[in-house]
Amino acid sequence: MKIELRGVWREFNGQQRPVTALEDIGLEVEEGEFLCLVGPSGCGKSTLPDLVAGLQEPSRGESIVNSGAHGAPVLIFQEAGLFPWLTVRDNVEFGLRVRRIPRARRREIAMEQLGLVRLQQFAEALPHQLSGGMKQRAAIARALALDPPVLLMDEPFAALDAQTRDIMHQELQRIWTETGKTILFVTHNVREAVCLADRVLLMTARPGRIKDEIFVDLPRPRSVSNPELAEVAQVALDHLRDEIQKAEREEFDSGWLYPEGRLPASGPGVVASPR
Amino acid sequence: MPSPRSVGHALVEGFGDRSYPVAILASLARMLIGYGLAIAIGIPLGLAIARSILIRDTIGSAVVGLQTLPSICWLPLALLWFGLSEKAIIFVVVMGATFSITTAVEGGIRNVPPLLLKAGQTLGAQGLLLSLRVTLPAALPAILTGLKLGWSFAWRSLMAGELLYSERGLGRILTIGRDYGDMALVLATILVILVLGLIVSRYVFEPAERALARRWGLEAE
Repeated sequence: MKIELRGVWREFNGQQRPVTALEDIGLEVEEGEFLCLVGPSGCGKSTLPDLVAGLQEPSRGESIVNSGAHGAPVLIFQEAGLFPWLTVRDNVEFGLRVRRIPRARRREIAMEQLGLVRLQQFAEALPHQLSGGMKQRAAIARALALDPPVLLMDEPFAALDAQTRDIMHQELQRIWTETGKTILFVTHNVREAVCLADRVLLMTARPGRIKDEIFVDLPRPRSVSNPELAEVAQVALDHLRDEIQKAEREEFDSGWLYPEGRLPASGPGVVASPR
Repeated sequence: MPSPRSVGHALVEGFGDRSYPVAILASLARMLIGYGLAIAIGIPLGLAIARSILIRDTIGSAVVGLQTLPSICWLPLALLWFGLSEKAIIFVVVMGATFSITTAVEGGIRNVPPLLLKAGQTLGAQGLLLSLRVTLPAALPAILTGLKLGWSFAWRSLMAGELLYSERGLGRILTIGRDYGDMALVLATILVILVLGLIVSRYVFEPAERALARRWGLEAE
């Protein structure tokens, strides 16, 4: 399955004036590819998976998803979004139930997917009994149960603590290798993108445009602490620096940016000074 | 003020000559019909108001107004429409309970986290299926609160209705107590009404709320 976006624009009605979230986006995702989209916060990158999933329509341009017989792409969010009234297993079975798959088959698929994300012994637990990383793994199992051709992941690990995130990076690489799914992964974290993806697309601050493309050709499984990876991430960060600052400037009052190594001398709260 | 002893005596006598059991059954029967109707009308109405802007702007505003109206105000109209009958009192009960249920259901549905709806959609649930499998269960805690509120409104409306007019029921016994100046009977009846309310809240709503809280992880372990 292939995803193709051609000249896609997405505009929203802002409070005062219309806001352009995405501007003239053109991209292709090959079958089985792991593609990461990186951009500063508020660049409209989270709109993109919604467009591909069909939860939003582009204002202009087309989003072509050759879904074929295999069904639609499935989204995974920053928060796991598990249904609190269902057990972990029932959550994983949710999409299958909607599709009226018989109970025995549902259970079989659910347990298989829970095995893949290593949560089988928590099948009967309730979502609130899981840790953040476990919830996110359950959400991945829930998406994979539908055997979607594409996984769309919208900052799925952003709310996890650093250690759990490292583990999830390893886990996701393993799951990707084992299942061969196409993955479109959105993040603001350059290192995360470089760690996970074959190809990284860098996006500009609002309006979101695709600025650059970086190919990552490092052996897997990769770890964020790998020095070679840090080098690639640095290159990507240098490309993005202006954009990140531009985005920050929009979100802060003026005068927020201090020269490196120097905080403003006056003002309350500044106490420490070298004798 | 009657002495505790005379109130106790009135209670024993009332249960002994079966006037309390008969009255309780009559009142509860009206409650079951009236409250049942209120649920059957209130929940779909709340769903409709939450889903459609047109219905919210028309019927929705009316519901807000009607909710503040004491339901006993409907009794004169009910007596005109239904005559001196059971139907009149049940009508008052329905009017008392329906709108608080509607308001709670509507609020609960509007407060369903968008994330859960989005998750349901991306997993393939749409339209009615999304409502049944995601929206309604997600709104369940709020709906339960609405049902509890509806029950107490229904109970109050019923007592007011029975007090003003009825052949049987606890409210009727209150009227008899007033007419004969029998304050012990009045106090005893108030006690019976109070205890009935407590029993329902203790053995129906509290267990349901606890079970829900435990399931959703809202309860401190």
